[in-house]
Amino acid sequence: MIFNQVRQINWPSLNQFLTATALPIVGIVIFLGLWSLMAKNIDTSLGKFPGPASVWQQTIVLVDEHNAQMDKADKFYERQEQRNAARLAKDPSYASKIRGFTGAPTFFEQIWTSLYTVMVGFIVASLLAIPIGILCGLSKNAYTAINPLIQLFKPVSPLAWLPLVTMVVSAVYVSSDPMFSKSFITSAVTVALCCLWPTLINTAVGVSSIDKDLINVSKVLRLNGLSHVTKIVLPSSIPAIFTGLRLSLGIGWMVLIAAEMLAQNPGLGKFVWDEFQNGSSESLARIMVAVLTIGVIGFALDRIMLALQRTFSWDKSAVLR
Amino acid sequence: MSTLLTGSVIATGLSAQELGWPEKEELKFGFIKLTDMAPLAVAYEKGYFEEEGLYVTLEAQANWKVLLDRVIDGQLDGAHMLAGQPLGATIGYGTKADIITAFSMDLNGNAITVSNDIWKEMKKHVSHENGKPVHPISAVSLKPVVDDFRSKGKPFKMGMVFPVSTHNYELRYWLAAGGIHPGYYAPHKGDTSGQIDAEALLSVTPPPQMPSTMEAGTIHGYCVGEPWNQQAVFKGIGVPVVTDYEIWKNNPEKVFGVSKGWAEENPNTHIRVVKAMIRAAMWLDENNNANRPEAVKILSKSQYVGADYEVIANSMTGTFEYEKGDKRDVPDFNVFFRYNATYPFYSDAIWYLTQMRRWGQISEPKADSWYKDIAKQVYRPDIYAQAAKALIAEGKAKAVDFPEFATETGFKPAQTHFIDNIVYDGSTPNAYLEKFAIGLKNDSKI
Repeated sequence: MIFNQVRQINWPSLNQFLTATALPIVGIVIFLGLWSLMAKNIDTSLGKFPGPASVWQQTIVLVDEHNAQMDKADKFYERQEQRNAARLAKDPSYASKIRGFTGAPTFFEQIWTSLYTVMVGFIVASLLAIPIGILCGLSKNAYTAINPLIQLFKPVSPLAWLPLVTMVVSAVYVSSDPMFSKSFITSAVTVALCCLWPTLINTAVGVSSIDKDLINVSKVLRLNGLSHVTKIVLPSSIPAIFTGLRLSLGIGWMVLIAAEMLAQNPGLGKFVWDEFQNGSSESLARIMVAVLTIGVIGFALDRIMLALQRTFSWDKSAVLR
Repeated sequence: MSTLLTGSVIATGLSAQELGWPEKEELKFGFIKLTDMAPLAVAYEKGYFEEEGLYVTLEAQANWKVLLDRVIDGQLDGAHMLAGQPLGATIGYGTKADIITAFSMDLNGNAITVSNDIWKEMKKHVSHENGKPVHPISAVSLKPVVDDFRSKGKPFKMGMVFPVSTHNYELRYWLAAGGIHPGYYAPHKGDTSGQIDAEALLSVTPPPQMPSTMEAGTIHGYCVGEPWNQQAVFKGIGVPVVTDYEIWKNNPEKVFGVSKGWAEENPNTHIRVVKAMIRAAMWLDENNNANRPEAVKILSKSQYVGADYEVIANSMTGTFEYEKGDKRDVPDFNVFFRYNATYPFYSDAIWYLTQMRRWGQISEPKADSWYKDIAKQVYRPDIYAQAAKALIAEGKAKAVDFPEFATETGFKPAQTHFIDNIVYDGSTPNAYLEKFAIGLKNDSKI
């Protein structure tokens, strides 16, 4: 009797609860189980493949290392102040300054570097891709002219671009007191080159498929070129542009890791490469921590873009996933 | 010109106590994940750089080529380099750039490892005493194995770390001493594979990938620095057969290289860097290697070498494990300071140049005077002497720890400790080249 009541009352909400929360948990639990089972049976020359437990352990080690490094940084600044004071006493003309901590970047600082680099590359790419995309969408001739180039460069791997970008950046970016390191510029430019295309294509498609009625309205109102773009074109192609941006950011994040490995930009890519070079018994577990971190951040970036897309899109009925 | 230079430098050297403030305080140095980068890590961790007013960042580099390119284009102020790199760059083999060195980082520290299968065959030709192989093992015992490969039409392949690396020359020296031809280079014909006439095919593999490449069967053996030979023993995938200490006792290995332009712009900084590194090297060798365990702990941190403590400790603490369980004392396997290890001897530079000529990287015959000129362009004991004198004046080092600067010629007396008993005298490079059965000499050309 009671059982029946429970069934009657709770079925719909239980069902929702199951699909929304329980199923992902089931998926993750099965994954963890399979992972630890397989890990036990894979022998590498660096020992057993890391299972969930050793990855968790290395996560804690990385946090501890971060904290230890922060302590070292504090002491570094203390020593530096004393040293500056001592030198000023001997050499009053000395313009003393406090230099940044010289220790190796920790895992968390490397995550920050990666995020910063990908964002710079992504923003540069978007600033280029959206205007060109609008141009291609407005003018059939421009599209016909640019399309072969888009198709040609779209499938090029970042690893192919990187040597070229490296050499060009070395040659062009010469400064005695550089604001950014070359490795950062190289990585960001490579990211920009690879994540330009989805935004460009989607913008062009969005712009070219604007409702004829809207274009007629613009004609009737005799809007000038700029107003036509800002009042009609941009608002109506926002959903398509955001679809492109989301794809671009996803590609940019993937490309970044490869670019950092080769360009030696001190982010997650370099972390993975350095750990691979270390070849210690903990290296694989530490790389696995980075892999999961890369995944989680990629997922988070995508969700942020989705939220932005929802906010800016006028078509609230569209299903976004 | 060079005498003029040395003259003026000695004059400033006399007033070493008044060493000026560093021109550049924030520096970035590159290194490759090998135990012989220890002087850099120690100078950083022990605060020697900071005591010189230098704020140094140490950064691991992906490979030797990336490292050299970044020193040339100024992304790095200096780096841990293969002794052949500043020389190769100066004479324009590979990349052309003026790189100099005032500090030699270590002696010895490498070994040659072969895979388990090769060792099983090789072992049959190695003489044994009390059930253990007698060292040093000559490549004569490898010869039948290589011949067997060749008769079956299979290539016999070995790895080394870079075309101008110590490891390339050591491996070639050992193979040739055992009658196995390692092949010639012919850069004037565009052939930089180094495999002309080769019986053993040598190719470049980055140090950390050596064990895995051998395990995959792509190479049958390799010559590399530590910890990658001991790593093979730990993983049970190969056996180190000979250390470079046995090929050439106390051979010079890595150097600290900077671009010539950088050195000219930052003379005080350069001297201070050398000072800090001399102190680090002294610390590493102090009291009969007493500080080595602490050094191993520093090196095993993931930002430095990052390999397991036990693996690094195996060679850094004066022992070396050949076959699993066959651990022997090699107290001089890694030398950082004693025997004037840090002093940049001209004769060391010339040895590398002779090997470049021997294997065709220098395709034309050169006069003895040419070898000496290049050595003097690249190796800068004058800068070293200023740093050492400053340390002596500050009471941080004793004069007896260094060569007698006033009389030191930069040429070591004839060296006899080679595996094939050939004597090396740096003052007569062409006569030295004539002593080898395998190798280019006089006006021979590929």
